[in-house]
Amino acid sequence: MTRRYLIIGTGAAGMAAAERLRLTDPRAEITLVGEEPHPFYSRPGLAYLLLGHIPEGQLFPRPKDHFRKLRIRRLHARATWIDAAAHLVGLHDGTRLPYDVLLLATGARAARPQVPGMDLEGVVTLDTLADCRCILRLARRARRAVVVGGGITALELAEGLAARGVETHYLLRRDRYWGRVLDPVESRLVEGRLEHGGVRIHRRTQILEVYGRKGRVHAVETNHGRLIKCQMVAAAIGIRPRLELAITGGLAVDRGILVDEFMRTSAQEVFAAGDVAQVYDPQSGEHKLDSLWWVALEQGRAAADNMLGLARPYHKGVPFNVTRIGGLTTTIIGAVGQSEEDQDLVTITRGDSETWRDRPDAFAVEASAACSRLRLLVGRRHIVGALIMGDQTLSRPLQDLIGCKVDIAPIRERLLHESVDLCALILEYWERWKEPRVAAQP
Amino acid sequence: MGLSDLFRRDAQRRQALAQAQVVPQAVRCVQCGICSYNCPLGIDVRAHAHSGRPVADRHCITCGECVARCPRGVLRFEACSVLTLDAVDGGR
Ligand SMILES: Cc1cc2nc3c(=O)[nH]c(=O)nc-3n(C[C@H](O)[C@H](O)[C@H](O)COP(=O)(O)OP(=O)(O)OC[C@H]3O[C@@H](n4cnc5c(N)ncnc54)[C@H](O)[C@@H]3O)c2cc1C
Repeated sequence: MTRRYLIIGTGAAGMAAAERLRLTDPRAEITLVGEEPHPFYSRPGLAYLLLGHIPEGQLFPRPKDHFRKLRIRRLHARATWIDAAAHLVGLHDGTRLPYDVLLLATGARAARPQVPGMDLEGVVTLDTLADCRCILRLARRARRAVVVGGGITALELAEGLAARGVETHYLLRRDRYWGRVLDPVESRLVEGRLEHGGVRIHRRTQILEVYGRKGRVHAVETNHGRLIKCQMVAAAIGIRPRLELAITGGLAVDRGILVDEFMRTSAQEVFAAGDVAQVYDPQSGEHKLDSLWWVALEQGRAAADNMLGLARPYHKGVPFNVTRIGGLTTTIIGAVGQSEEDQDLVTITRGDSETWRDRPDAFAVEASAACSRLRLLVGRRHIVGALIMGDQTLSRPLQDLIGCKVDIAPIRERLLHESVDLCALILEYWERWKEPRVAAQP
Repeated sequence: MGLSDLFRRDAQRRQALAQAQVVPQAVRCVQCGICSYNCPLGIDVRAHAHSGRPVADRHCITCGECVARCPRGVLRFEACSVLTLDAVDGGR
């Protein structure tokens, strides 16, 4: 009998699941429901659209006839309720969709600061292509903008607005940027580059209220009693998984939809993946959130396999991300967290993993050059985390050494020695580790 | 086949071995498309980056635009052997 697969959400997780389902089951009936009108697009690419590095048309990775070719039915609609017992999903226009297996890939949405005036025209967040278009439209007229938030998206907003010629004031709640992941030297490096690009940074500063005139942003008042006249306020203080739909179906939720290792929710034949899923991690025994593109793709594929009954547990491996902050390519692997609490991050920010913030029981080893920096977290037998900023020569070696938990006992002492050439030592050790593996490949 | 032929073939082989190709690491890619946008020959580099397949395209002049512009360090040059070039490009 033909199985009916229904997927809500047309982002990275939903798309990856639909493609995987089709690849594995040529006869399956696959329906993809999404409220955004556009074809599948690169959400992280929005930052580059804002910067002017790519035109909008470049955001769409798949050919126009992709769904038709894959025989996937794509509905432009918002799902409003689930009846898990009856295996039904309701859409905003009253349509009822029956399913055999359901996947919720509804993503997350930017949280808004809880201050008066956030409903004024000119207050923006960056979740979608529609948001990005709106920001670009407003930036054409705005002279000055205020940006708040401590993570990657806030920085992308500040850089993007400055690149569009808007005088940009970036407000940091704490005394430095992204203190939960970066160490003080890294924060300063990024801040220096931002300032060089024309962004004005205000440390230990918060918005108390946004004032408007005729419904539009006119100024913000800070906790220092200062009034900054501006036409835009851009906020990226964290994200919240979109749980509304799951809640209508009575699914178990915490900060995200709770799923086990097989991406199964508490309801039979209902799965969840991507930013909305809070996934059981057998190592820590906790359910964790991620907000990473590749994690959403992998979870989408794992969910599809399990929807097909293949019983494949999802194992995340070492948390990993590459981003560009302050114009510096930065790779973050494993646990690199700092103890400093940063209230800016309501839950988790875009392009972020909770696991980075696990406090590693390890020594930090550092090396810096003009615009490059390497920080290693060295445990008793393994390197448990690394942050590589700028020059990426060591990025792949460290991915292997950390990801494969390579025993570093033979070089540990030298690693911790101040005068050692870290780069040479790691490269050499990695080459030696890799050699027999490469030779063994067919 | 004469000796000179043998030498020429060997020289060609060495040259091909020394040639580099663009090799992606899929897990780093967020499909932003900056690579394809900046390719002077219009190669869909992003599709390679997504699938992890090397850009073993006969049209690729290994100019390095995509490698330099990718914000995530997805792409890098790797020396390629004659074998990989043929095997990967065979489908075109
Ligand atoms: C500006 C920006 C920069 C980013 N940068 C990075 C980065 O550098 N690296 C990285 O790894 N990640 C980055 N991310 C995060 C990454 O994009 C997300 O982790 C990823 O998109 C999550 O995919 P998803 O499919 O779970 O959710 P989403 O991509 O959010 O897709 C969910 C979709 O479901 C739809 N939807 C929700 N509810 C309903 C409903 N009831 N009915 C119908 N449709 C619904 C939404 O409209 C949306 O289209 C960035 C995100 C943004 C916004």
